[in-house]
Amino acid sequence: MTFADCRQLVVVGGGMVAHRLVEALVDRGAVAEGGWQVTVLAEEPRAPYDRVALTSYFSGRDPDDLSLGQPGLWDTPGVQLRRGEAVTAIDRDARRVTTSAGREVGYDALVLATGSSAFVPPVGGRDLSGCFVYRTVDDVAALRQFVADAAARLQGRRTPRRVVGAVVGGGLLGLEAAGALTALGVDTHVVEFAPRLMPLQVDEGGGEALARLVGALGVQVHAGTATARLTAGRDGRVARMHAAEGSAAGLDHLDVDVVVFAAGVRPRDELARACGLAVGPRGGIAVDTTCRTEDPAIWAVGEVASVAGRTYGLVAPGYTMAEIVADRLLGGAAEFPDPDLSTKLKLLGVDVASFGDAFGTAPGALSVVYGDPVAGVYKKLVLSDDARTLLGGILVGDAGAYAALRPMVGRELGGDPAAWLLPEGAEGGPVTAGLPDDAAVCSCNNVSAGAIRDAVRCDGCTDLGAVKACTRAGTSCGSCLPLVKKLVGTELEAAGVAVSTALCEHFDVSRAQLFDIVRVTGISSFSELVDRYGRGRGCDICKPVVASVLASLDGRHVLDGERATLQDTNDHVMANIQKDGTYSVVPRIPGGEVTPEGLIAIGEVARDFGLYTKITGGQRIDLFGARVELLPAIWQRLVDAGFESGHAYGKALRTVKSCVGSTWCRYGVQDSVALAVALELRYRGLRSPHKIKLGVSGCARECAEARGKDVGVIATDKGWNLYVGGNGGFTPRHARLLAEDLDTATLVRTIDRFLVYYVRTADRLQRTAPWLEEIEGGLDHVRAVVLDDSLGIAADLDAAMAAHVEGYTDEWRATLEDPEKLRRFASFVNAPDSPDPSLAYVVERGQPRPMTADERADDATGRSGAVLVAGPRLEVLHP
Amino acid sequence: MTTLAPSADADPDASPWTPVCAVADLQPERGVAALVDGRQVALFRLFDGSVHAVGHRDPFSAAYVIARGIVGTRGEVPTVASPMYKQVFDLRTGVCLDAPDDAAVRLPVHAVRLREGLVEVGPPLASR
Ligand SMILES: Cc1cc2nc3c(=O)[nH]c(=O)nc-3n(C[C@H](O)[C@H](O)[C@H](O)COP(=O)(O)OP(=O)(O)OC[C@H]3O[C@@H](n4cnc5c(N)ncnc54)[C@H](O)[C@@H]3O)c2cc1C
Repeated sequence: MTFADCRQLVVVGGGMVAHRLVEALVDRGAVAEGGWQVTVLAEEPRAPYDRVALTSYFSGRDPDDLSLGQPGLWDTPGVQLRRGEAVTAIDRDARRVTTSAGREVGYDALVLATGSSAFVPPVGGRDLSGCFVYRTVDDVAALRQFVADAAARLQGRRTPRRVVGAVVGGGLLGLEAAGALTALGVDTHVVEFAPRLMPLQVDEGGGEALARLVGALGVQVHAGTATARLTAGRDGRVARMHAAEGSAAGLDHLDVDVVVFAAGVRPRDELARACGLAVGPRGGIAVDTTCRTEDPAIWAVGEVASVAGRTYGLVAPGYTMAEIVADRLLGGAAEFPDPDLSTKLKLLGVDVASFGDAFGTAPGALSVVYGDPVAGVYKKLVLSDDARTLLGGILVGDAGAYAALRPMVGRELGGDPAAWLLPEGAEGGPVTAGLPDDAAVCSCNNVSAGAIRDAVRCDGCTDLGAVKACTRAGTSCGSCLPLVKKLVGTELEAAGVAVSTALCEHFDVSRAQLFDIVRVTGISSFSELVDRYGRGRGCDICKPVVASVLASLDGRHVLDGERATLQDTNDHVMANIQKDGTYSVVPRIPGGEVTPEGLIAIGEVARDFGLYTKITGGQRIDLFGARVELLPAIWQRLVDAGFESGHAYGKALRTVKSCVGSTWCRYGVQDSVALAVALELRYRGLRSPHKIKLGVSGCARECAEARGKDVGVIATDKGWNLYVGGNGGFTPRHARLLAEDLDTATLVRTIDRFLVYYVRTADRLQRTAPWLEEIEGGLDHVRAVVLDDSLGIAADLDAAMAAHVEGYTDEWRATLEDPEKLRRFASFVNAPDSPDPSLAYVVERGQPRPMTADERADDATGRSGAVLVAGPRLEVLHP
Repeated sequence: MTTLAPSADADPDASPWTPVCAVADLQPERGVAALVDGRQVALFRLFDGSVHAVGHRDPFSAAYVIARGIVGTRGEVPTVASPMYKQVFDLRTGVCLDAPDDAAVRLPVHAVRLREGLVEVGPPLASR
């Protein structure tokens, strides 16, 4: 493609809104011959990232976790991203910008998306070492490093103590920074000038509930307190924060090791000012409702734009501006609507949401308030003077109703509004059906209820994942997902697409329901189950499911009686079928730890049986090319050498991968191998809806790649962090944090419960990541179940895992001891030891592999140069 | 286990039936492979006691694995699912239910008879 006849669009700033602008242009096919060629000049040294999720960088540690949108956007032909290159001047007459690299770039249209910088109040000492802001990945990385160094220094003192930190500002950002500091092990104070926390979002009642909840988490709140100045200690680092005289709380000073300024932001309008563009009354580049400045070639979007005199510090209005400019650049007529300034946050694990007219400023507005000081819950709905139309609200401590309530702003709530405030706050309940098509469901991506319904009705989406991909609803902050899910369900039902959870034609129930049926009735055979609760004689879908459910509940051998007929061939011969009909064999190597003798034994088996050998991704060894009739002999040798089944063939626990840990590694902080071995021995043989993988890393360097596993454990200096729901494979996902700094006993108990709950409630072939996404309430719900026993089933889950651990036997050893079971390993019923005559192999890189179809054809005509090494013509050593 | 050697008898007058095993050797709904006149055959005894024989070769993967598939039903049709890529075949006709019109992926069907407790397999039937 050539871009010769393109117009040049230059975007200054590579932030979230710039990203959305480019994405919108590419999506609409505007970046093409005859259209636009785009250059993004970005001061930060990395591609645009999810600043809203910046704090997760503390737990995730990987800046890639913060990536936005579809990968590959910046590789689009016609799009150029120049990282680490700031614009230093704009020449409006020449339509040209100058960059910090000394380049000049001409433009036909210029979009300023320079965002904001953190506002640092003019107090003395604000530049001391130990003072930080909280805006970019680099800010956060520097803060983390400083705290880690301070912690090491203070630990090493004769009287060790924890790091003490103060956050200046008790708004949205300040609380987020306080949460991050607390997570780093810092004793944290929040100093807020206003008389309450989050003064912009919540009222006095909400502020009180918030202060109580935040205080209970160990953060000390000093509201009504102004910071006067900061002074250094002898080492030159910040050491004391002095409060202004007459502060409400009577605080005089705080001794601190680190200070974070989160006192607001200021639009970065300096370029615009320098080239003579008008700015808004409170700063920001003045633009009209089309986001255009007084210079028709220049636009401004995001936090830096002052639209009709107002700037916006949230991402959703910025995204709207990006869409408007994209539309306008293509000749459209979009305008900035009244923005939605709703916010829902989970600060320090406390839910806070405010939406619409949260303060009840409309004339005659009424409010309904529900408060539960003990539980730390405060909820308020603001209603019109006839108490029917919802105007706004504030939810603190339990924001479950947020997703359903927010789109109702400006609409009649129906029924008793107070019902929305009660603890079970009917999430989504009465609302979805009545929700008008134009109600915005996902405010981050501006997706209406109608767009979601259309995705089902017109675009043929049949599940939540498809609707998300198609509409982008719920792909940013995710707070609307429960509502999206309900809408999709309702729509599918209405469309007559039965929202079928039926397993297959033989059972009308889902796997989870089948599990409950079997658990409650105690039925122990497929025949009885299909007679009473299904029809026909089953199939390759329901039979393995029933086998897995029965195995979870009674732990009997896979080949016991009728059970043997339910198994997929892999479970039936306890090996993995390969393309030529032979199998591969994987002995268990717990935690990837193996003795030299063990390695030699495996090597000898592979050599003696002519097996191709490969190391797996799960730190064990796979032996390929085992014919069905040789499996018992192979396993006899392995069992004699002390190995047992690795269940590589099963929907079951596979491996617990580990790094070498603190026993050898100079960075390790915990013994990851010992834990991995213990976990693998504990969960070996656990049958589940899909395979399960675990990982244990001995320090934050994460060499075991534990966050790519269903259950990932990462050592901290205080214990273990537990992550869940990671997957590799077709749809890779990073695991998400379930709990922090657990001691080993609590860790194991939590994993026990997580796994049993998953085994009981997931769908067939549903791995933990989609399970967590689909299950009502998501990760928070699962956390409540396994940590706080919110369903009252913890004892039952514990007992189920105890029974599993108690009842485990190696199924290969048991098979070798039972002549009845061994009969199954005949190649032919009338020639039990004859190999399959069709098998043929050649040698490649010193090992056998199956012949390809072409090689077979050559072999048949005698033209083959290939060497047959196994199969019927090879003498295989039998033990 | 009663195992009879395959009949390698090329005598044109010899019986076309090869006894392969005792009926009792076949677990209902779990297949076995047998060698019949140099051909690999998959034998299945169903829940209703009937015995079926089809080719052991899976036409989709060219591997000899059909006997190791899961047996079940689709509607009234007794079926086996190939363990390789899970296509489902009608055990009575060999037709692949996922591609019923494609003769190339149809399994050959052998006649079977039960005599004195033994399962005897005949040559492949001409496809109907
Ligand atoms: C910790 C944190 C939490 C937040 N949480 C939320 C939340 O929960 N909900 C919400 O809605 N919003 C939240 N926000 C605000 C949200 O991140 C911003 O509204 C959004 O990032 C604004 O996007 P933007 O593109 O306008 O600016 P930015 O994302 O700040 O991007 C501007 C970019 O321009 C670059 N730049 C500036 N000047 C130049 C120049 N001269 N040349 C080249 N490049 C330049 C900057 O380096 C920066 O990379 C949060 C912000 C922070 C810091």
